[in-house]
Amino acid sequence: MSISRRTLLKLVGLTALGVTAEKYVSVHAGSTSAKLVAKAIGAGKRLAGTKPAQKVRLAMVVDLRKCVSEQGCTKCIDACNKAHNIPDFGESKDEIKWIWKEPYQDAFLDQENFYMKDEFKNKKVPVFCNSCDNPPCVEVCPTQATFKRDDGIVMIDWHRCIGCRYCMAACPYGSRSFNWRDPRPFIKDINPDFPTRMKGVVEKCTWCDERVSQGLSPICVDVCPGKALVFGNLNDPGSEVRQLLKDNFSIRRKPGLGTSPEIYYLV
Amino acid sequence: MIEHAFRGNKRYWSWLVFLSLIILTGFYFYMRQFNYGLGITGMSRNVSWGLYIAQFTFMVGVAASAVMVVLPYYLHDYKAFGKITILGEFLAISSVIMCMIFVFVDLGQPFRLLNLMLYPTPHSLLFWDVIALSGYLLLNVVITRVTLDAEHKSTAPPKWIRVVIIVSIPWAVSIHTVTAFLLSGLAGRPFWLTAIMAPRFLASAFSAGPALLVVLCLVMKKLTDFDAGDEALKKLGLIITYAMCVNVFFILMEFFTTFYSGIPSDVSHMQYLYFGFEGKGKLVPWMWASVALAVVSLVLLIVPKTRENHRTFFVACITVFLSIWIDKGLGLVITGFIPSPFGKVVQYWPTIPESLITLGVWAIGFFLITIFYKMVLSIRMESEA
Amino acid sequence: MYDSGKIIAGLIIFAALFTSPVWYDVLNGKALQRPDLVLPSKENQKECVAAAEFMRRDHMRLLNDWRYEVVRKGETYFSSDNGKEYEMRFTKTCLGCHPNTSQFCDQCHSYVGVTPYCWDCHNKPRNLSIQ
Repeated sequence: MSISRRTLLKLVGLTALGVTAEKYVSVHAGSTSAKLVAKAIGAGKRLAGTKPAQKVRLAMVVDLRKCVSEQGCTKCIDACNKAHNIPDFGESKDEIKWIWKEPYQDAFLDQENFYMKDEFKNKKVPVFCNSCDNPPCVEVCPTQATFKRDDGIVMIDWHRCIGCRYCMAACPYGSRSFNWRDPRPFIKDINPDFPTRMKGVVEKCTWCDERVSQGLSPICVDVCPGKALVFGNLNDPGSEVRQLLKDNFSIRRKPGLGTSPEIYYLV
Repeated sequence: MIEHAFRGNKRYWSWLVFLSLIILTGFYFYMRQFNYGLGITGMSRNVSWGLYIAQFTFMVGVAASAVMVVLPYYLHDYKAFGKITILGEFLAISSVIMCMIFVFVDLGQPFRLLNLMLYPTPHSLLFWDVIALSGYLLLNVVITRVTLDAEHKSTAPPKWIRVVIIVSIPWAVSIHTVTAFLLSGLAGRPFWLTAIMAPRFLASAFSAGPALLVVLCLVMKKLTDFDAGDEALKKLGLIITYAMCVNVFFILMEFFTTFYSGIPSDVSHMQYLYFGFEGKGKLVPWMWASVALAVVSLVLLIVPKTRENHRTFFVACITVFLSIWIDKGLGLVITGFIPSPFGKVVQYWPTIPESLITLGVWAIGFFLITIFYKMVLSIRMESEA
Repeated sequence: MYDSGKIIAGLIIFAALFTSPVWYDVLNGKALQRPDLVLPSKENQKECVAAAEFMRRDHMRLLNDWRYEVVRKGETYFSSDNGKEYEMRFTKTCLGCHPNTSQFCDQCHSYVGVTPYCWDCHNKPRNLSIQ
């Protein structure tokens, strides 16, 4: 035998290291694999201008004075559930939620407001993923499956998520859901334009990144009958969100944690 | 060396068969979990980590505790630990392997495990935990292999291994520190957000781990010719006593800071754990059992007479182990999620499949420790003969 | 060599077991079925996003790359070698020309014995006639 078992094992180990290193480089050097593919087929450059312009920080303003969720309006939730193939398991253990309503006092646990009007005390606050500017979920994710886009949207790469659920432990807003079982049989009417998920991955509201990439607003914003939801670029001084924040007093959920949530509630 | 594990008496083989049956049962239920998803467990949207991660946290402690025999023996040349040092290291190997299996069975997409290596993420503590644990496993595999080999050939181990052993000492501390950081670095979970999480983990590890080692030594003394030696057991007794005192002291500090400062979000978790919150408190009887066990263990350990009597010392070690298992392997992880970020109490309790999978992983640990210790004892008997 | 008889017998048994699926098919009279792709009809034929030869071998890499660009970088369009731009969307761009997955994708995939799990999450578009 010219090559000993040990030497062979060492070689295999080194090759494995090399492969890992190549993968690492390909991810961190701005998709080398993209360049490789482009080179292989001799493809030209990508279209200019498809990348979101710099200095965009998307944000959402929820005007609770206009929101009529306490009257049973669930238009935003229904539209979202339908657009994103969110299953209905009929029980809370496996539940998946992107947008849902919480009583005012629970959504703003650290705001102790007494002697409010009943109307406000019973207010149901729509809650979403806050797409934090300093997202703890992104910080803890061991595979970068959850990440922040240039425009501020916090996303999940469902192809990469290993289902460790560290992000769920890290999210201070309880915004994340896990697919405890195969969701497909529990989706009444599948929207073919949006993927369903598989068991074992985490999901959450992504501010309709698929619509935002096409220059549209999130679907909840579009369907809100009272125009209570406003979506826009916080870095644009002329945007509607900036105007609203200038003219009104706004609160955010748990700002003291330093996560910088990007959903502002007007009360 | 491994050939020694294939020779044994009837009792040895029946024990291994018994463990294999538990492992197979666990494996069967893991396959069911694999097909159905983690919904087969008691975990939910609100309590998204359960028994698996709690066991992982606990076992990291047992793994780290090997340092309590390695350090006196190699750094202080404490000869009395000569017989048990390698047992501590093999205990570390078995528990690190258990830790890795517990993390694996907790994954929603286990086939994507390698993504941890393909997309290394230094800002995630889980990444560092993978490095710390696999490094620690590697160190201990090398150390046990080289030292046991030397013992087998009745020669002195090579000099370079001393360097590896010295590296393994801070490395042991690091595995439990990083595991504590995993929890204590999360701003949104006030129950874990405490700077003494890492010290508390180390104190509980340095009491529960050596306690398990003592139990194993006393059981082996009863069943085999092995005797760890009176002096070694006495010293371990002292180590366990001090570590357990520090551990209980840390828990009391958490009590003081939480309840005296009275911050509602902090209080709610402790209240749920020890007294029940909004009328719900599934863990309350367990926690008070843990408190009672801790008190009994402290009495038995602090009184020299009961600490030095093997029978009462055995009981003391069992109580230390159980008390810390309830505190760390059940209460600590789960309570971080209760109440939820919305202040709601959604309780968690492991399901039968989940418990059997957990039991299966424990059986793997015991299986490994059995064949490792068998190897060590056989080699020693051989070289003595 | 010690125990050479046992070792050789063991190797023969291993080889027999390992190749048993082949023997099974041979004995059942099943010939190897070559993939039979249904390509777009002449009048519907458009240019693919890349050369057929490249696609045949590297379509999975291209798809993976598109996924990376769309999901992680928020890009939408791919400009091809032929100077045209295509939307980086598998269900629209790819299936637009190859709507029948069982006569296209599955042919080679079952031939080489791979089972990509695309359809665990992605949906086959409604307007296409797909089994």
